[in-house]
Amino acid sequence: MVNPFIKKPGTWLLVAIVLFFLILPRIGSQYVSYLMLTFFGYGVALLGLNLLFGYTGLLSFGHALFFSLGAYTVAFLTSRFSIFYMEIILGVAIIVSALLAALIGAVCVRYIKIYFGLLTLAFGMLFYSFLLKFYHLTGGDEGIRVLRPFLLGFDLSAVPKMKFLIGSYYYYALIVLAIAAWAMWRIVSSPFGICLKAIRDNPEKATYLGISVRKYRWYAFIISGAYAAIGGVLLAPVVGQVDPMLTYWTHSGTLVFMALLGGFNTFLGPILGALIYIFLQDTVMSLIPYWRLVFGAMLAFIVIVAPGGVAGVISSLVKKEKRGV
Amino acid sequence: MCEEERIVILSANDLHKYYGEFCALEGVSFKINEGEFVSIIGPNGAGKTTLINVLTGLLRLNKGSVFFKDREITGIGPEKLSRLGLARSFQLVNIFPNFTVMEFLKVAIVSRLGKGTNFYSLLSRDREVNEQAEEVAKLFGLQDKADVLAKNLPQGDKKLLDVASAFALRPEVILMDEPTSGVSTSDKNKIMEIMISASREIGIKTILQVEHDMDLVFSYSDRIIALHQGKILADSTPKDIEKDEEVVCTVMGQKECFKIFSSVLHPDHTGNGQP
Repeated sequence: MVNPFIKKPGTWLLVAIVLFFLILPRIGSQYVSYLMLTFFGYGVALLGLNLLFGYTGLLSFGHALFFSLGAYTVAFLTSRFSIFYMEIILGVAIIVSALLAALIGAVCVRYIKIYFGLLTLAFGMLFYSFLLKFYHLTGGDEGIRVLRPFLLGFDLSAVPKMKFLIGSYYYYALIVLAIAAWAMWRIVSSPFGICLKAIRDNPEKATYLGISVRKYRWYAFIISGAYAAIGGVLLAPVVGQVDPMLTYWTHSGTLVFMALLGGFNTFLGPILGALIYIFLQDTVMSLIPYWRLVFGAMLAFIVIVAPGGVAGVISSLVKKEKRGV
Repeated sequence: MCEEERIVILSANDLHKYYGEFCALEGVSFKINEGEFVSIIGPNGAGKTTLINVLTGLLRLNKGSVFFKDREITGIGPEKLSRLGLARSFQLVNIFPNFTVMEFLKVAIVSRLGKGTNFYSLLSRDREVNEQAEEVAKLFGLQDKADVLAKNLPQGDKKLLDVASAFALRPEVILMDEPTSGVSTSDKNKIMEIMISASREIGIKTILQVEHDMDLVFSYSDRIIALHQGKILADSTPKDIEKDEEVVCTVMGQKECFKIFSSVLHPDHTGNGQP
């Protein structure tokens, strides 16, 4: 008997995407593979942001805090403590970010809508100031250099940088993204996931059904913060240097833009948004100096014309196709 | 059953609730026994919804206390109340609009079973939750609409789904604020019948409802509490209430007063205002 999972068109699409990512370093240019590395980092962060935004209904304008926390963890551990094992770095980043998210989240989830957004923005800027002012600890506006981490215990410092990045590191980051996406899929498909969606849709009704709204929002905030930190960890070795701008509010805005661009109503939408944003930004920046103007217009267009983002447009086209319209 | 043998499941003692200077509830006290179907009636502004809201902790009391069995539940809030075994449905339809009927019921069951903090198992493979959701959907006649989004249901079904989700918590006491409001007259009896039979199936011991439709109130209630200007005007059986001309005329208005009181004068009549 054929497994029904195999019959689903989505399964084949997923297999095709994975295969594409696997062979991309072989068939694509080095630069494209390099951009993909940036995408892997942002992809993981967007999975986390979407748990909070798309699934719980809380829009954070300070998620760059956790992203940069992950990136600074790599810089700190490699440059200051000579800890190079990527798995340890990931573990430390998850623990540190989860602890900080638990503290900040305990305050933020007491509020909703714009108040939640502004509080997260405030905490993000607080961390930005900390990174900027505590020069001896954080390197101030110059930041900290990120040394090459060991992957699965292997010291690959002898390998040329580009070969390392689009070789071993590319596949390592891809696997981390795949595991993160799989784990997030389990989370949103779990009993916890349906409770989050219930809170997003109608918190009052959820309360009357016995769901502790504040507690669940807090859990979502912690998971989301840890995901953002993993994203930052993945990005740090690619950029080679971390600085306070990673925490700046515009960077938080970029994460939200990616989610909106891809469509926060779907599971894969925000990841798609990250992919499109990274490649579009690269293209537009190379064409005109006023790329922010183009992106601003694009954001306005999405909000007005396609609030469901690219995934929303694709989804409605597929539905129309199925209905035979 | 003798009065002494009855177990009090919910009691309100000297409830006072003010909105600024306006007194919405003034010295309201009553006891609800296990197994009773009690209706709260009264004209608009009598304090019926306020009473339900203070009983379920949505509003804070200015004075008084509420007990559920032997435990004081004054102001403990709806989340803890639902875990203790006291659920409510709303006057205005209160649903998760983007959930299918089945997902909606699963939320209530997940919450009741304490599985909400299960981060990792797939809900679609949880046999216990799925079976119980199907069971509740069947009890409320919603099984054929299991995959329909709540927002796309007809008004009557939305109301039914709201009530069904409260029933899915398997509470001991359920408080319903106008369970048939906004529903066509032809559907009202159907909804009441479904609720009565579902409560028997699920094992709900006590129903306390606010209802405007006097036909339904007199047909289904074991006891009626009549409120007027925040005070209890009468607390008795439908038969006694029906006979009390002063109560009927104050609470239900002159038209209903004439209909019901005239039926008392003519014992052949059904009591539903029909000649």
